[in-house]
Amino acid sequence: MTASPGLPDPYRLIGTSSFVEFLQALHPERLPRAGDPSTTASLAPHGTTIVALRTADGVVMAGDRRATIGNVIAQHDIEKVFVADDHSVVGIAGSAGLAVELVRVFQVELEHYEKIEGVPLSLDGKANRLATLLRSNLGLALQGLMVVPLFAGYDLARSTGRIFSYDPTGGRYEEHDFYAVGSGSTFARGSLKKLYRRGGTSDAAVRTALEALYDAADDDSATAGPDMARGIYPVVAVVDGSGARILPEDEVSPVVRAMVEDRMVRPDGGPQDEEAGA
Amino acid sequence: MSVPFYVSPEQIMRDKADFARKGIARGRSVIVMQYDAGIVFVAENPSRALHKISELYDRVGFAAVGKYNEFESLRVAGVRLADMRGYSYDRSDVTGRSLANAYAQTLGTIFTETNKPFEVEIVVAEVGERPEDDQLYRLMFDGSVADERGFVAMGGSAEPITSALAEAWHPGMTLQECVQVAVRLLGDHGDERARTLGPDQLEVAVLDRTRPRRAFQRLSNGRLDELLG
Repeated sequence: MTASPGLPDPYRLIGTSSFVEFLQALHPERLPRAGDPSTTASLAPHGTTIVALRTADGVVMAGDRRATIGNVIAQHDIEKVFVADDHSVVGIAGSAGLAVELVRVFQVELEHYEKIEGVPLSLDGKANRLATLLRSNLGLALQGLMVVPLFAGYDLARSTGRIFSYDPTGGRYEEHDFYAVGSGSTFARGSLKKLYRRGGTSDAAVRTALEALYDAADDDSATAGPDMARGIYPVVAVVDGSGARILPEDEVSPVVRAMVEDRMVRPDGGPQDEEAGA
Repeated sequence: MSVPFYVSPEQIMRDKADFARKGIARGRSVIVMQYDAGIVFVAENPSRALHKISELYDRVGFAAVGKYNEFESLRVAGVRLADMRGYSYDRSDVTGRSLANAYAQTLGTIFTETNKPFEVEIVVAEVGERPEDDQLYRLMFDGSVADERGFVAMGGSAEPITSALAEAWHPGMTLQECVQVAVRLLGDHGDERARTLGPDQLEVAVLDRTRPRRAFQRLSNGRLDELLG
């Protein structure tokens, strides 16, 4: 922080509504950066699987709780799904420390714009800002410190939920129904392909997301299943017209318990609406 | 060689202060009041786009009167300072006191060092856990700060409104009572003749103590209609 207690001139004179551009101009050293990737890449914890799916009223996103360093489990209860602003959420797989910093600056960026301009960014605008942030970390991605976000939100202009995926070079792609990122994403996506129902309720989508994470954990050693002993369950976020919220644990745990109960009978899962003859 | 015309420093300061006061007195007034669950800002402002009231940070709000481009640049600088501090340290390290301090320094420097002082008056308000923890800072064009209790009125009719508020305001008023009093006083004093102000001519926002993180919220026309009964 500057020693002067007043407002330094650039604070009044720089003409941008972007916090990141302001930071770049004034304090570039405070932007998310990692040390030399050639030495830190193998030491940094790695976050794993995130899934997101569209519902009739918005989107649901869920992430498991494991972080790994090589074959070691670095953390059992890491959180990788965050509320980005009133109507959007972001989940991050990849290098955990950098990812959390990236989310933090992204959250400030969205709120900053909203305060300065008096209106929030459009959902596409938010998705593009995240792409720009990723591109500025391109050098690190090429050297092994990769961050792969999944962005989802409620588009107030179109009254619908939307999902955006990214590649590490900052490429931005809109996904239609569901998507997954991270080491367990292949298995999660396979699971979602079978379980996803278009236009379902948020409650049903929460169950589907948890099933997909369970399947990912089944086949990917870096993804954690629900930890019943410690009571550590995936972080689940629900976004609809009324806003974005992380579900409290007492709303997630009954769904997790019901799912695990069912898996005791059918370990590989199965269609939930079997009786309906789907 | 011509001798430069001498003007005493006292005279210069007086002229500047008169100039700033006149500029501020031309504008409509803004009232900031404590109510039982937070702080309410009420401004007479027909514009939907050019705000006089704004959010600075999670628990801190801003209100201003005077020249729009001048207080807008201060508002933006305040948002940047708050976001920069919250990002560099922690969200809890951004306080109304530090923002008021920064504004005081800046206004003071502009007043003494430039030919044209800013024609603005500002309130920085922070909502606390309890009503006793609420803070209202009033900043004048020359950088002087007053730590106010309960209510503040600024702008063209600040004086009559302040004396009326001293009668009308008491701790523990509800939001509805506060909004009704403020709107009545703005209508009574804004013009030569008393008027009744409707939601279209008002800009109203609250710092609501009970909201989880960001306490600042603008009140919609519908909500204002309800409150004004």
